[in-house]
Parts: sequence; structure tokens; C-alpha cells
Amino acid sequence: MHAVEKILAKAAGKKKVQAGEIVNAKVDVAMVHERAGPRVADHFEELGAEKVFDESKVVITFDHNVPPPTVENAEAQKKFRSFIKKYGFIKVYTGGTGICHQLVPEKGHAWPGAVIVGTDSHTTTYGAFGSFATGIGHTEMASVLALGELWLRVPEAMKFNITGKTPPIVMAKDIALKIAGQIGEEGALYKVMEFAGPIIEEMSIDGRMVFTNMSVEMGAKAGFMEPDEKTLEYVSKRTGKNYPPITTDKNYEYGDIIDVDVSLLEPLVAYHHSVANVKPVTEFEGTEIDQALLGTCTGGRMEDLRIAAKILKGQKVNPDTRLIVIPASAEIYLDAIQEGLINTLIEAGGIVCPPGCGPCTGGHMGVLAAGEVCLSAANRNFKGRMGSVDSLLYLASPATVAASAIEGKITDPRKYLKRRLST
Amino acid sequence: MTRGRVWKFGDNINTDIVYPGRYLKSFLPPEEMAKHAMEGAGPDFSKNVQPGDIIVAGRNFGCGSSREEAVTSLKATRIGGIVAESFARIFFRNAVNVGLPVLECKGITQRVKGGDILEVEFKTGLIKNVSTGEEIKTLPLPDFMMMILDKGGLIPYTKEKLSLMKKEKHTSKSYRS
Repeated sequence: MHAVEKILAKAAGKKKVQAGEIVNAKVDVAMVHERAGPRVADHFEELGAEKVFDESKVVITFDHNVPPPTVENAEAQKKFRSFIKKYGFIKVYTGGTGICHQLVPEKGHAWPGAVIVGTDSHTTTYGAFGSFATGIGHTEMASVLALGELWLRVPEAMKFNITGKTPPIVMAKDIALKIAGQIGEEGALYKVMEFAGPIIEEMSIDGRMVFTNMSVEMGAKAGFMEPDEKTLEYVSKRTGKNYPPITTDKNYEYGDIIDVDVSLLEPLVAYHHSVANVKPVTEFEGTEIDQALLGTCTGGRMEDLRIAAKILKGQKVNPDTRLIVIPASAEIYLDAIQEGLINTLIEAGGIVCPPGCGPCTGGHMGVLAAGEVCLSAANRNFKGRMGSVDSLLYLASPATVAASAIEGKITDPRKYLKRRLST
Repeated sequence: MTRGRVWKFGDNINTDIVYPGRYLKSFLPPEEMAKHAMEGAGPDFSKNVQPGDIIVAGRNFGCGSSREEAVTSLKATRIGGIVAESFARIFFRNAVNVGLPVLECKGITQRVKGGDILEVEFKTGLIKNVSTGEEIKTLPLPDFMMMILDKGGLIPYTKEKLSLMKKEKHTSKSYRS
């Protein structure tokens, strides 16, 4: 069996399951964020359940619109907070603590073998820790909160074997974009995208999360990585427990195995309005940008802030461009202050905002006017996602975002890396 | 059977087209949400959609966010349902969960034009293009999902499950005593 089949079999109380089968799986962690929370609360009340299946298995985050940007949003968040109090939820991360997809692993709520569902499509991120994790809607979450289980169709697995030698300044994001460009927005529809190979092995946890995070952009039900020493060390530090990794049987036959060699990879850009519109950064050089976004559940981690600060050190953000910096969690924010990264980013002219999703979903803290262009370290460039329906979004790595902020136009980050190396 | 006029859309219609993120923070009621349904594709749909109309779309309809507003806003326009070449998985589940009929049909975009009149039997997977006279057969939803849709969505389904659980608990308690 594939590791994900084993995880779902265990959650369904079965010895064996296979792709295509529908199972009733018990949930280990249910994550609800405040953007979905008020709706989930309404549906939960509608169900008339007397209690939540297990308060200790529910994680609540405030991240999409924090602090509340409008009166009506503040009212909705207030309502959600009363719901939280009424049912006695305990694992609640209030505004400013961070984005759900950073907090769930960081606070020890993701581990090998866990079944995690969340009210967010990027719940797939936790596959980087050997969990089975997928996004669900509000009604379904209400049902999960009442029953502690949900039906799932066991997905087929698709393996990406990532090999070669990563060129300097090419980041996890560039590799993820390459895969998106190759297989398209529906290339992994309903499947599990498993990422493996020497490049994943040598990659940091921060980098690995970019792949599982972006797997949903290709239609995947979940992203997955087999836990290794690095994963187990992270998980044991964060959860205080040792979880045995669940691995795929040696004789398991994958439907698809795709080899990705990164040795000749250049920094990439996905242009509007699809993550699959991928071309080398050199083809967009000179495209003027009004905003550069360094943050989100894809590009707001330590490694991302580090490379951006390295590029921006002693430089100035172009006066016609706003650089928005949003650390993915308070912990990352504090570490970045300690390392002096935040100083560097502010000195360069960056606007540092509190941890959360920021403008990524069009809520606040840097939404776009008609005709404006943003180069973003996030995962989606859908039409109108960050504000006006007539704005344009390009996606790239944090390094490319930082270099482009300096010039006010899309810029190859290798130019700045070279300068740094020579000084 | 659902009979209605076709609104045709392309491939990869994402949730920001169906229900743009900028409205999410307002938590609008369904009738207000309906006014923004498919807004990313232009104002035409929400202005002119009629109850019973049918959306026909290409591959990967509803990709992107898990926002249930994408299906709630469409349901609130009182469309009869959606027939697409394929659906993104969260949208597909959400649609069934809120009781909005959906059907996957390979090749549908080749055989139906915007404005055609369709008769769709979501239960059997039979589609009749009244405008051309052509009949198209596709697989209906799996039994399990059809059962949820028949009950009116996941809320009635879970309600029933909860009341069964309560009864069982009660029975086993009285047995023990």
C-alpha cells in the first residue's frame, strides 16, 4: 500500500484500502480559521449537535483578516469568538500568531500518519510532515466538528522524483512553479502528489512545505512526503512526542512517476491568471510592478525572509513600488528581528505587517487598484484575487520578489546574488 | 429533471472568478452573495441568470480556494445545477454538501452552446440538448454522494446520523441498566 492508503486505512479502522475506495475516516486534527469560522459556527448550530467531538483535536487560527479591517468583519469575528467560548475550544491562536499553514506544524499539530482536515485549500501543506491533509468547506467542517469523521475517496498517488543540483538562488518555489508549468492546473486532479528524491532530501522544512502547499494548485487532494530524519526531528521538537513514520511499501506501483531535473533551472515567474503560465524570469524583465509581496503560507518563512534581506541589504525599494513584508508567524517574526532581517527590510523601505494572510486573498493590507501589478511570493495569481478585477498578479520566489522590489520591475535575482558574492 | 438555459464557461474557472475574495470579509447573506456570483467573468451572469438555468463548463471547474461561498453564491442564484468536463475536488464536495446538483460529463463543451436549452437528469446522468435534439449520457454521481444530495445536503445527512447515534447511545445505556 501507499503510505497515504495506510494512513486512511488506519483512520477507517481497516487493514487494507485501495485507491478509489470510499472510507469513513476519523480525524486527528480539524483546523478552522476565522475567515471560515463564523460560517462553520452557523452550520454547527444548525446541526443541533450537543457538543464538539473532541475539543482537543480542533485547532483554530485567526489569520485571514487580522486585525479586522472593517466593522462587518469585526462583527463576524466577534461572533466566532463567542462560538469558541461557548464550546470551550482550547487550541486557539489569536490574531498575530500567524497563518494556519505555518501554525499547525509549528505548534505541533501535524505529525506522520495524522489525518488533518482544514477549512482552507492549502491544508495540503501538512503532507510535508507525513500527514494526510486536505481542505474542506464550511458545512463539511461543521459536520466534522460534530462527528469527528468524514467520508473520503482514497486517492491515487503520483510521485515526483526531484533530482540534479540546484543552481544558486533557485528556490523551492521555482521548482514548484516548474512542476505546475509542466502538469498544469488540473495535472494532479483528485490525486496525492508525492515529492521525493535527493533535492527534497537536502531541502529545509521551509522549502519542503512550498511543494505540499502548492500541490492544490495542480488539483491535488493532498501533498505528501515520506518523513525522514529532518521531519522526525522537527515533529518531535514541536509535538514533544516521537511518531513512527508511515511509509510506502517497496512493491507499491505508482500510476505516475515524473522525474524533474533542476540542474538547469532558472528563476521562474508564473504570469496572470494561472499558476501554470510559467516562463523564465528573463522573459518578463522590465515589467513594471506597483507592489511586491513577500509573505503568505508559501513565501513568508525564515528562509524566505533571509534571502530577501540578503538581496535588499543596503538597497532601497523603488519609490514607485510598495514592498509588503508579512512573516508567516509571530515566531518567525521574532526570529527575523533577532537576526536583524526586519531591520534590513525596513531600512530598505519595506512595509512590515503583522503575521497573517495579508492581501493574498484580497482582504486587506495591500489590495490592488485597477491596472496595478503585483509580483507575489504567494501561490495563486487568479484574476482579481488581490483586489481589483483589473489588477494583475505574477508569482515568483521570494528572491525574485526582493530583487524586483529594488528595481520596481520584474528582475532576475541572479543579478543581485552576483553583486553580493563579489563584495 | 431540470430544464434551463445554458451559461457556458471555459476551463479552470477558479473560485476567485466564481466568488471574488474581496467580498469574503463581509460575510454577506446568500441573496447578497448571488449578486456577485461569477463576477470575475463579467456582470452578465448575475444580472441575467434565471432560476433553473444550467452552467456548462470546461475542465477543473471551481479550482482554487475551499471557500464555500463559491457554491453558496451559485446556489443562491437558483440555477438548476452545473455540468462540467471535470470539477476541482473541494468545489465538487461543497456543491453536494450544500445540495447544488453537479454532473461530470466529458465532451459536454463540444456539444452545447451558450443559450441552448438543456434538460438534465442529475439522478441518471441523462442530458438532452433541446436546442439540437442531441442526447448525451454520462455517469451520475456515485450512490453515496447522490444520497447526500437527495437528502438536501450534508446538514440533513449529519443531523440524521447524530440522531441515530443518540438513539443508539440511549438504547445501550438502558440495556446496561
